[in-house]
Amino acid sequence: MNDFAGFATKHTRAANSAVPIYLDYQATTPTDPRVVEAMLPYFTEKFGNPHSRNHRFGWDAEEGVAQARHQVASIIGANEKEIIFTSGATESNNLAIKGVARFYKDKKRHIITCVTEHKCVLDSARHLELEGFRVTYLPVQKNGLIDLDLLRSSIADDTVLVSIMAVNNEIGVIQPLAEIGRICREKKVFFHTDGAQAVGKIPLDVEAMQIDLMSISGHKIYGPKGIGALFVRRRPRVRLEAIISGGGQERGMRSGTLPTPLCVGLGEACRIAQEEMGAEAERLHALRTRFLDKITEQLPEVYVNGDLQNRIPGNLNLSFAYVEGEGLMMGIKDLAVSSGSACTSASLEPSYVLRALGVEEELAHTSLRIGMGRFTTEAEVDYAVDRIVGEVRRLRSMSPLWEMAQEGIDIKSIKWAAH
Amino acid sequence: MAYSNKVVDHYENPRNVGGFDKTDDGVGTGLVGAPACGDVMKLQIKVSPEGIIEDAKFKTFGCGSAIASSSLVTEWVKGKSLDEAQGIKNTQIAEHLALPPVKIHCSVLAEDAIKAAINDYRQKAASRPASEAKTEEVV
Repeated sequence: MNDFAGFATKHTRAANSAVPIYLDYQATTPTDPRVVEAMLPYFTEKFGNPHSRNHRFGWDAEEGVAQARHQVASIIGANEKEIIFTSGATESNNLAIKGVARFYKDKKRHIITCVTEHKCVLDSARHLELEGFRVTYLPVQKNGLIDLDLLRSSIADDTVLVSIMAVNNEIGVIQPLAEIGRICREKKVFFHTDGAQAVGKIPLDVEAMQIDLMSISGHKIYGPKGIGALFVRRRPRVRLEAIISGGGQERGMRSGTLPTPLCVGLGEACRIAQEEMGAEAERLHALRTRFLDKITEQLPEVYVNGDLQNRIPGNLNLSFAYVEGEGLMMGIKDLAVSSGSACTSASLEPSYVLRALGVEEELAHTSLRIGMGRFTTEAEVDYAVDRIVGEVRRLRSMSPLWEMAQEGIDIKSIKWAAH
Repeated sequence: MAYSNKVVDHYENPRNVGGFDKTDDGVGTGLVGAPACGDVMKLQIKVSPEGIIEDAKFKTFGCGSAIASSSLVTEWVKGKSLDEAQGIKNTQIAEHLALPPVKIHCSVLAEDAIKAAINDYRQKAASRPASEAKTEEVV
């Protein structure tokens, strides 16, 4: 650990340093120094192929992988035999959705997912549509949560899979997993959840929540990039068709030599998260409350996107009316945040997640996602609030929309020419 | 996305932010864009009896490139005749600010804003009684 003394403080820089304050923990997280330390021996002395069965090098590596598998299983209440290592949550989502659908395709041709899912889920579903499957994309309510009655009524005789994310990456809202699990089990439909933003942040139990498949990401939980996992239930057994062909590793579901250091890193990240989750959630919740209170005390017309109660503690998604998100981000370059504005993406469309909540396009353009995490401090929150308040005020003073709003002109009454 | 130094300069030190009384006969107002698209520019020009743009002001809702484009054109139109200002092309704005392709629409919007302001001024002048519309004849 001593080699890394001071490592964490690099992320929690003082307000006057040149490195921006990192407030984008839903995009990715720094690898925890303890994780890096656990990984290091597996690059050098314990470099063996974990699938080599006949010498010490292989055994050492296999031992590391086995422990990691146990740690990953433990954080979601699964058995280690149910954990498949993958390259990340994108691959896990692909494998779960395409794999299950294709395996049962002779009898079942329908899957259900949700409009606010991550692109890798939506794109996998689109892909299946091209293969002849029917896909129902459930809408969400204004708070970002799905309607359970609608889910129930959408399940058909040939529905094979329901895939609903545990926590949304943009607005941090937590879907009612246990209720979804109950409905799926009752209707004998597999329940997959994309847990990339949820694992390590909220308590998860695949038994209590009756989850059949869960995707896990390493780099969202202070582990390394390039590693993830898929939980695949053994009883009742879930079967799937592999996407990658090869040596039959990972019970045939994911061929390829396991990247031992990455597996060990993911395991250690899960161990730390499981141990510290309770206290950390409380700390982040206090930071978020402080952030939001300070902002709304100083600025009128700031709106929270998505449910504030059913939400992971480290996420805020705010619309600052009359100030365009990318323009705002340019003014707060010393804060690393993300925007739902059109201009940050090549598509020039505002966030599809915010649009799905019914957030009007003009407000969707004014949104910022603020992601707090393990290395966020109170001093950073205070500094960020001051910078955002100052910049929003400046930009509002030069916003024609703010001027109209102050004059009492209804912006919707104007006939705008779309361009 | 990395912004050019000129965009950053206009964003951080925008020129001519503000507005004029839009009911003033010598003022032309252009309001272009749409909130739903993430860009709205309001550009106003104050025109002398000789038909020269004496002053210009803007307010913009949009990204840094949109703010910079509108700030820049308020500088450019000052001292120009209406016809000269009418000739400003979005490509000149984009080139000056080194806008990347994805931001070209900001320069298009700035060009539209000038044209809309000039148009507004000319319409106002045309609707005035002939005796008062001298300024227009000069142009």
